[in-house]
Amino acid sequence: MRREGSALHGLGVVVLKELTDHLTSARMRVLEWLVVLTALAAVYAAITQIRDVTAQDPFLFLRLFTTARDPLPSFVSFLGFLAPLMAIGLGFDAINSEHNRRTLSRILSQPIYRDALLFGKFIAGLCVLAISFIALWLLVIGLGLIMLGVPPGGEEMARALIFLLVTVVYAGVWLALAMLFSVIFRSAATAALVTLGIWLFFSVIWPALAPAIAQAFVSPDNQVLQITAAQDLARLSPSTLFGETVLAILHPTTRTLGPVYLDQLQGAVMGAPLSLGESVLVAWPQIVGMIAVSILLFVAGYIVFQRQEVRA
Amino acid sequence: MTDMVIEAKGLTKRYGAATAVDGVSFSIAPGEIFGLLGPNGAGKTTMILMLLGLTDISGGEARVLGHDPVREPLAVKRRVGYLPDNVGFYDYLTAADNLHYTARLMGLSSAERKQRVADALARVGLSDAAEKKVKAYSHGMKQRLGLAEIIMKDARVAILDEPTNGLDPQASIELLALIRSLKAAGVSVLLSSHLLDRVQSVCDRVALFSAGKIALLGSVSELGRQVLGGGYAVEVEADAGEGVSLRLGAIPGVRGVSETAPGRVRMLCDRDVRPEAAAAVVAAGGRLKSLMLDESSLETIYTRYFQSVEEEARNAA
Repeated sequence: MRREGSALHGLGVVVLKELTDHLTSARMRVLEWLVVLTALAAVYAAITQIRDVTAQDPFLFLRLFTTARDPLPSFVSFLGFLAPLMAIGLGFDAINSEHNRRTLSRILSQPIYRDALLFGKFIAGLCVLAISFIALWLLVIGLGLIMLGVPPGGEEMARALIFLLVTVVYAGVWLALAMLFSVIFRSAATAALVTLGIWLFFSVIWPALAPAIAQAFVSPDNQVLQITAAQDLARLSPSTLFGETVLAILHPTTRTLGPVYLDQLQGAVMGAPLSLGESVLVAWPQIVGMIAVSILLFVAGYIVFQRQEVRA
Repeated sequence: MTDMVIEAKGLTKRYGAATAVDGVSFSIAPGEIFGLLGPNGAGKTTMILMLLGLTDISGGEARVLGHDPVREPLAVKRRVGYLPDNVGFYDYLTAADNLHYTARLMGLSSAERKQRVADALARVGLSDAAEKKVKAYSHGMKQRLGLAEIIMKDARVAILDEPTNGLDPQASIELLALIRSLKAAGVSVLLSSHLLDRVQSVCDRVALFSAGKIALLGSVSELGRQVLGGGYAVEVEADAGEGVSLRLGAIPGVRGVSETAPGRVRMLCDRDVRPEAAAAVVAAGGRLKSLMLDESSLETIYTRYFQSVEEEARNAA
């Protein structure tokens, strides 16, 4: 049975409204400050460190993103925390707030499908995240230019740009998860807590747990299998995928994200950087994995939302 | 196709084993105010959501303005205005902005939007508060804003779920007047409520809903005849003369006389016998104090009906 009209009728209107709501909200003020402070802290940490160890690094500018200095983490690990937090902060009350405000049935009685509402909210959230990350990214690069005095090369900029895109994709995963729970749980607090719990589990606990599980189930005779099993398990976590992608993109010398066999090293020049295309190829499964997870989570939210009763 | 605005045939909604709406059929004519009455949980809201295509239909068929709400929900929702029970608005936006959002979802052009939103707010008397945030609105103002949304949509049918629920008497009288003005503008209205006396004053026809079924359907006076055994009740209060009751009972068309209190007589009759009753009291030497025709009120019908249903159930058990 086919429904009449496009499922996305009214999508643009919803996106614009949600975008306006986000950009004028108090939440956005907090995000803005987080962005500025993160940029300052990351650049400060990186630059003091880079000045100390100015080696002949052909990718000096990328070190701006990856260099840490105790006690401050690197910009990349900052983002690894910040991106999920921002995404969850934007998505955890997407649908349940409409329920609680009793606006849902009124909005859905307008000539739009539920699809437009859910998808519109997702796109608007992703736009806000992208805007924040672009601002953050530009701030870091700008500060780096001023303080390092070294202009970045074309390839460095390309890698930095891919890194930016990957971060948006990674944030999309958590946004989709937060929205899924905002559909499932009527209480925004419950939705936020559950999403944060899952995020904590996957970014902190799971990476430690994966090797233990592999050790428990794979016989210790087969070392290689044990290592690959541990790695495969760890890759169930989006934060592992993000970490590996960033590693491949921002460290051009990364040749593989798995175990390296001796025969693969034959003829390789140790420490020689890969070309941009090859680096992207190395991380391609991880990138596709993150996109797939966010689509799956969104679809799950979509299905639950379609089946849900609108009455409050 | 008939010219009915809303038609339901054997409409059924099941949640697992429970049946919320059970084979309900009714139709609403253009320009009619139709009341859906019944206790909370009788299935009124479910019924409404099915008509709007906001929940699946388990069985039966519905037509709203000739469209099937399951297959063509957009066509239905474009021309039907819905005021949900306890309606909510985005409280951080102004009333006008809330309506503008709806108007954009309708796909109206910017100029038309401005015109229609201003007109609608003026019609419900919210022009002065148009630029106020909805946060500052009272419950009654929100209900009026909900009606303004329906007016702004230029809907042919307005579906109002418990519109007077939780309103103070003054606000609900104002709201009912607005609902009447909708009818005057040619809009058909389906309204659900459990507040009977309020609704009685505006509805052309009502359906009494009970446990997912329509128990009674018709105009209020029709229902009165059906449930209260028809006829009229006349109450006479008089300083008793000789044999007043006897004389009253002898009036043609009177079926029963009972003394409810000293000097107070209640007569059940087939027609309005007030003139004869007055003459009878005077002829018996009594002094007539008051003479009242008890019109069947929806509340009486309702209570009486559900009482008799309960009694039947008890007798059957």
